[in-house]
Amino acid sequence: MTSNRSYDQVMARRGEIMMKAVGIDYRRYESGSIAFDYERMMRETGYDLDEVRAIQSAVGVGNTSLLEMKRLTRLARQLAGEGRGARILVKDEAANPSGSFKARRAASAVFHARKLGFKGVIAATSGNYGAAVASQAAMQGLNCIIVQECYDSRGIGQPEILEKARKCEALGAEVVQLTVGPELFYIFLLLLEETGYFNASLYTPFGVGGVETLGFELVEQVRARFGREPDVVVCTHAGGGNLTGTARGILKAGASATRVVGASVNLEGLHMASDCHFNRKSFTTGHTGFGIPFAVWPDRSDVPRSAARPLRYMDRYVTVNQGEVFYMTEVLASLEGLEKGPAGNTSLAAAFALAQEMDRDQCLVVQETEYTGAGKHLNAQLSFARRNGIEVRFGDPEEEVPGQSIILPEHPRQIRAREVDLDHMRRSLIRNALASVDHPPTEADLEFLAQETRTDKKFVMEAL
Amino acid sequence: MQTIKKGDWVRIHRVVLTPDQRAAKLPEETRQVPLEMWVTGTLREDNAAIGDDVSITTVTGRVVEGRLETVHPAYNHSFGAFVPELQAIRGELRDLMEEGGWHDLESKL
Repeated sequence: MTSNRSYDQVMARRGEIMMKAVGIDYRRYESGSIAFDYERMMRETGYDLDEVRAIQSAVGVGNTSLLEMKRLTRLARQLAGEGRGARILVKDEAANPSGSFKARRAASAVFHARKLGFKGVIAATSGNYGAAVASQAAMQGLNCIIVQECYDSRGIGQPEILEKARKCEALGAEVVQLTVGPELFYIFLLLLEETGYFNASLYTPFGVGGVETLGFELVEQVRARFGREPDVVVCTHAGGGNLTGTARGILKAGASATRVVGASVNLEGLHMASDCHFNRKSFTTGHTGFGIPFAVWPDRSDVPRSAARPLRYMDRYVTVNQGEVFYMTEVLASLEGLEKGPAGNTSLAAAFALAQEMDRDQCLVVQETEYTGAGKHLNAQLSFARRNGIEVRFGDPEEEVPGQSIILPEHPRQIRAREVDLDHMRRSLIRNALASVDHPPTEADLEFLAQETRTDKKFVMEAL
Repeated sequence: MQTIKKGDWVRIHRVVLTPDQRAAKLPEETRQVPLEMWVTGTLREDNAAIGDDVSITTVTGRVVEGRLETVHPAYNHSFGAFVPELQAIRGELRDLMEEGGWHDLESKL
């Protein structure tokens, strides 16, 4: 390894590498302090909704069906109190070319890369986004490299990630697989530098703008079918782009009264950079290990300023347990004839509980499904967990301890959505922002932080 | 011993960061092990054997060096072993629907 390829030297060049690889000069939107002009960045560097719709439509992305979960709604109503049980609708995003909503993010990112003249794209992802970028690169004629965190130090791969590697390779991508560790970012930077490819980050305005069509479509579909707007939309939340893009699309459709709920799988106690914990989790995304850190510090992502800023849009944040999501995945197959997920069914599990709090005449949208297959499938995940010493049994989901047990509910009435204290997360964001500068916040910073947390200056001042 | 030909599709392995080269802030168990990498591509040398130091050309045309680990790497992930709990859930859901008289009432949904 030559000296200028050492970890420290490459990390020191990250700003320069990123600017070339994303084609955005983020300095244009900076105030020099905590604040930056988020909306101007989204406007000037992204595409407007009509442009994104045209880009996606040209590659067969989007316009997915909104399916009414008649039997699931009925089960929820059977368990809910008198007059309760909102109608549950699901946006069948698995119908996108790569099998998940991530095709929306990839379509605009790859389009942009091609427009700028890049020969290829690179994405650092162990999730569905890899297949989405590979699929779009194949369609739009660019080379593609996907960098994955895949194995623990024993060389044992998480089956879901192995499946995603297979899919990426099937779609013509080169897959670079790594063991556990945040230095994945270092390898990612080296590859960007070596190839001169575009960084198809999940967190650019093109990526997040790509999800706006999802929110916009679902509002249009609910209006057309039921003559009303969705009362609640539940989004599986990890890095924040799914929720941010969907919520922005909902607002662009004029549905300002629709409440947006984030849902993550509870993986409390498991460290994301731990070699030992890596194969003790049965969800590789949609979990609190991403959901909380990315919400309270969005700029931890692979671009200088993330376009995914979930606390600006989240009305409520809930968690569900691994066993509950697995159970609901089975319910979706048995009652609705849809074999999907499991990770994408995190929002479905939460929605099943939330619908029971709502009135019968209300409607709730689960905004995604994802493809399933070998490795990803809940049967693969549960048997992998058991092989890794995780206890899998029926019981009270409250007893589940991430990394030690997966408790499948004995009855669907035990499925719960557990509230996360959003004010606590908002205060964390404010404190993290303050720690990123070495001076007191400016007046513009206070206003910015109020927007970031959907609060007011009084809340920000108190948090300081 | 199997000799592997130039142009064969192979997987190579290499250590990209030894434990002492790793990032500062890591959990102890991660800091004790190297960061390892696997890449697949076509072999550039002729008559190689598993364990040799070789180079490959990847599908994007990159040349990568590493230790030859597998020739014709297969995908071995599967749907896993039988999980009795999933079969039980299917049965319970059927019972729930029958108890609730779901089959007679479908039209009222």
